[in-house]
Amino acid sequence: MSSEPTTTSDHFSQRPSGLLGVMADWSSDQRSFKTASWRKAMMWVFLVSDTFIFSCFLISYMTVRVSTTVEWPHPSEIFALEFDGRKIPLILIAIMTFDLITSSGTMALAVNYAYARKRRAAAILMVATAVIGAAFVGMQAFEWSKLIHEGVRPWGNPFGAAQFGSSFFMITGFHGFHVSMGVIALLIIARNVWRGDYDSGRRTTYSHRAGDYEIVEVVGLYWHFVDLVWVFIFAFFYLW
Amino acid sequence: MTDLTGRTEDAAPPAEVPEMELFHAHSFLTKYVFCQDAKVIAIQYAGTAIAIGLVALVLSWVIRIQLAFPGAVALIDAKVYYQAVTMHGMIMVVYMLTAIFLGGFGNYLIPLMVGARDMVFPFVNMLSYWVYLLATLVLAASYFAPGGPSGAGWTLYPPQSILTGTPGYDYGIVMMLASLILFIVGFTMGGLNYVVTVLQARTRGMTLMRMPLTVWGIFAAAVMALLAFPGLFVACVMLLLDRTLGTSFFMPAIVEFGEHKAYVGGSPILFQHLFWFFGHPEVYIVALPAFGIVSDLISVHARKNIFGYRMMVWAIIAIGVLSMVVWGHHMYVSGMDPLFGFFFAVTTLAIAVPTALKVYNWVITLWRADISFTTPMLFALGFLVTFVNGGLTGLYLGNVIVDVPLSATLFVVAHFHMVMGIAPVLVIFGAIYHWYPKITGRMMDETLGKVHFWITFLGAYAIFFPMHYLGVLGVPRRFYELGETAFVPDSAHLLNVSITVLALVVGFAQAIFFYNLFTSLKRGKPAGGNPWRAASLEWQTPETPPGHGNWGDEPPIVYRWAYAYSVPGAPEDYIPQNEPPIRGELSS
Ligand code: HEM
Ligand SMILES: [Cu+2]
Repeated sequence: MSSEPTTTSDHFSQRPSGLLGVMADWSSDQRSFKTASWRKAMMWVFLVSDTFIFSCFLISYMTVRVSTTVEWPHPSEIFALEFDGRKIPLILIAIMTFDLITSSGTMALAVNYAYARKRRAAAILMVATAVIGAAFVGMQAFEWSKLIHEGVRPWGNPFGAAQFGSSFFMITGFHGFHVSMGVIALLIIARNVWRGDYDSGRRTTYSHRAGDYEIVEVVGLYWHFVDLVWVFIFAFFYLW
Repeated sequence: MTDLTGRTEDAAPPAEVPEMELFHAHSFLTKYVFCQDAKVIAIQYAGTAIAIGLVALVLSWVIRIQLAFPGAVALIDAKVYYQAVTMHGMIMVVYMLTAIFLGGFGNYLIPLMVGARDMVFPFVNMLSYWVYLLATLVLAASYFAPGGPSGAGWTLYPPQSILTGTPGYDYGIVMMLASLILFIVGFTMGGLNYVVTVLQARTRGMTLMRMPLTVWGIFAAAVMALLAFPGLFVACVMLLLDRTLGTSFFMPAIVEFGEHKAYVGGSPILFQHLFWFFGHPEVYIVALPAFGIVSDLISVHARKNIFGYRMMVWAIIAIGVLSMVVWGHHMYVSGMDPLFGFFFAVTTLAIAVPTALKVYNWVITLWRADISFTTPMLFALGFLVTFVNGGLTGLYLGNVIVDVPLSATLFVVAHFHMVMGIAPVLVIFGAIYHWYPKITGRMMDETLGKVHFWITFLGAYAIFFPMHYLGVLGVPRRFYELGETAFVPDSAHLLNVSITVLALVVGFAQAIFFYNLFTSLKRGKPAGGNPWRAASLEWQTPETPPGHGNWGDEPPIVYRWAYAYSVPGAPEDYIPQNEPPIRGELSS
């Protein structure tokens, strides 16, 4: 098991606040982030690293979009769906974005209920988050198949620059992979919460340590991050 | 500063972190193979890194033999030559140095030096090694794939790296890229552990500013690696897609052998940016741990506290930050905007400030110190000399106008071998001689160690120093043969021959080291717990070699920094970090 934050000790209530507090924490012994457990700290560090990966992907996309000699396909035309013979631009992507942001809401509620030890509610909300996330991946698959059907390929497409398909599939694919991993993690942890593993002190399969409800918050951090990344992908791909 | 006399318990704040639950292995398999103990993982990492490093060493002979005796060995044709250059460079930088400093020394030393029982997530740590091993095997396997490994140069610049004319087009480049991606995934698992262990799992009393500089160096390098490897990761993924799916991220419209390729509109310069966004920090990813280790070796073997500890820490941080914004100095000849060239030249030269500061502090630490010329100390001194040499030529190359004629000559090869080839390797040797007694409980043989040092140091210097001269003459790097080049005088060829002979001698002389390493396991002098009489925490373990969980029943409590040597009035010439405060001592 990792460190439980000992937030109640008076050692803590005496900490200075603000910048002085940060300095006091960093010049103290044992822990630089006084309220973060090991796994939460590790998730944060991982997310910083992952931010660099997504940034590199997005910056590369912008670079090739500028470097290519052929015109870039028009997003509002290429990302449009036809209803009753009328083309509605960006409708699918609006739904997807709404869907993913909703999942952030259910995730936040799940964290809240988990800390309140309301196991059932927390587990149900996590499953709901996972389902909404899976729906997102499903819609993405739909969009991919629609584009592929229209002739968009990683190496070229009939609408303009070849780099459109390349970067679109690569970046949304990489993001979709993140979402899918999140869905799997959510389902596993939801099962543990439902079974009450974090009350009974049952060992997790790999680390041989007992978990606790904080893991819900940690997977929540990941989930919100993936959401946030999507906002950037959305802005750069669909609105530019 | 407060007087600590008589306040043993209050001298360290109360424990905040509950005891760590360790995984206790019961079978041979979980104890020695799929082991979660950072110390065993460290040995596995280091062993693998050294093994693949030896492959790279042999490859450097292939390069040298061809350069000195062109065509003498029929086996070495242009294809084999370029593959050797590529694999040598890539293995040495990524699979050997990075792995041994972070995976090897990081795993062994971080928990022991900060007083932790293990890394924070041992299972993830174990996975890190196995993924690294897989990456290494995939890379090595490319020698057995049809067409052999890639010959694109370790920088893998497109377009040439994925065109059919480059050796290893079929499988080599694909396996190289896949292997790098695996390496990064594996490293990330380890790197997260190193960073979080340092930040969140120190023992009571161990503040950041009491950590040995070794930990600081490895910590800063791990953070940098987590931020820099993403650049390489993305570059590899995109290059892999260009090669396998025919996307055009990096590939402009191009005609090869009269055939118009399907690529169009990509940006080769983008690859260079991504690669060097990783590539330059990578230099410091291997240099910062070396800096840290050298500081500790010098301090212990000169019986003096490191001069300007705080400055040393801030210099490490400053170097880490600055080195993330200098990558463009590898691209002066890429046709980059001159304004960028100016920016990158300025940042590059700015790094010289904290770096020089470190060198001065090492020298001042040595000044009038009680130096014992043990093998680790000799290697540390050897590092100083080679590193300063490489650092000075770095100032040359950091300036655009000087770099333009010198880039792609042997001057560059001399520079980077001095600064990131020889210097870190000397530190690795020194560190092995220094910590071997802790790892095995026995000393390595000093006489053999000194012989090994002098051959390696003088030999390596004699190999690489003349290359500066060859580079100034204009001898290009990465050339299979020079042919009829009027500007290269005959004397240069003579120099080439001597370099190669020395490279072979120095290479074979490493047998002395391995002989020493293995025979000392059984026949070395028993070392006791603290043969160098060092103050830092790893020498204070209850058992040597340290047992599972490192600290027996009670983790240590730390009362001072790691450099309490020759303290006036103290009973010994060193005070261990976990020794309760002695009368009249001020807190540090
Ligand atoms: C054992 C001693 C070593 C010898 C004799 C040696 C020799 C060489 C030679 C002859 C070259 C080819 C130069 C050219 O024509 O381009 C080379 C390239 C290189 N070496 Fe070493 N080397 C040694 C150790 C190392 C180490 C420890 C490193 C780790 C940083 C290293 C990194 C490189 C790199 C990055 C290249 C460039 C490869 C390329 O051009 O793609 N070498 N080395
Ligand atoms: Cu550089």
